[in-house]
Amino acid sequence: MTGSILPIALGFAFVCVSASIVLNLFRLWRGPLSADRILAVDTLTINAIAMIVLFGIAYTTPDYFEAALLLAMVGFVGTVAYCKFLLRGDIVE
Amino acid sequence: MTLFAEILVSALLVLGGVFVLVGSWGLAKLPSVMTRLHGPTKATTLGVGACLIASMIYFPFFSGTWSAHELLITLFLFLTAPVSANLIAKAHLHRQGRRIDPNPSDQIVDGLPPPLGTADWATFAGGTTTDTAIPGEADGDRRS
Repeated sequence: MTGSILPIALGFAFVCVSASIVLNLFRLWRGPLSADRILAVDTLTINAIAMIVLFGIAYTTPDYFEAALLLAMVGFVGTVAYCKFLLRGDIVE
Repeated sequence: MTLFAEILVSALLVLGGVFVLVGSWGLAKLPSVMTRLHGPTKATTLGVGACLIASMIYFPFFSGTWSAHELLITLFLFLTAPVSANLIAKAHLHRQGRRIDPNPSDQIVDGLPPPLGTADWATFAGGTTTDTAIPGEADGDRRS
């Protein structure tokens, strides 16, 4: 790590993303409808991508980006599959 | 130049963290599904985009390597966030509009008001045909 303001900003971003994940888990636990829960899982995936990217900056290694890319694709496909199941009652017709 | 890059990366990280937190706060706080869709689809996507751009600026200056992975992730997220939001809204409308999944805990009624003309909304238009079968009615005997 280099200067003095980058670790502070990185810690702030870590705290923000962790609080966001807690709020998403609250909505996932509470959410009265299944659309709420799908939305919470989708947001949880996006927050996990942000967390992985922040870990990549903190350890200065580019090894985590494949994981982030994979998580983005799998999260999108999962959201589409959940919505299709809600709409049609089946995924592969 | 390194100091300038560090300030830029720090500003983008703080901006991204604040936007991610605002999006998830909206997801937890807002009263109904249609309003809850606003937070994650706009604020969180922008926050993750800011974090990815910060990472894209960080690595050439402090590690010496450059990769297009961050740009790829940003592009993919910005392309797929509206699609998934649209699908979630459509699934919610079809469940709520058909009274399959009524929501007694919500104070705000989420159903669509009727359109001005004589026709129904386009997403409900094929409702009587087998094209948009209701889960639990038409598909129930097929699965059982």
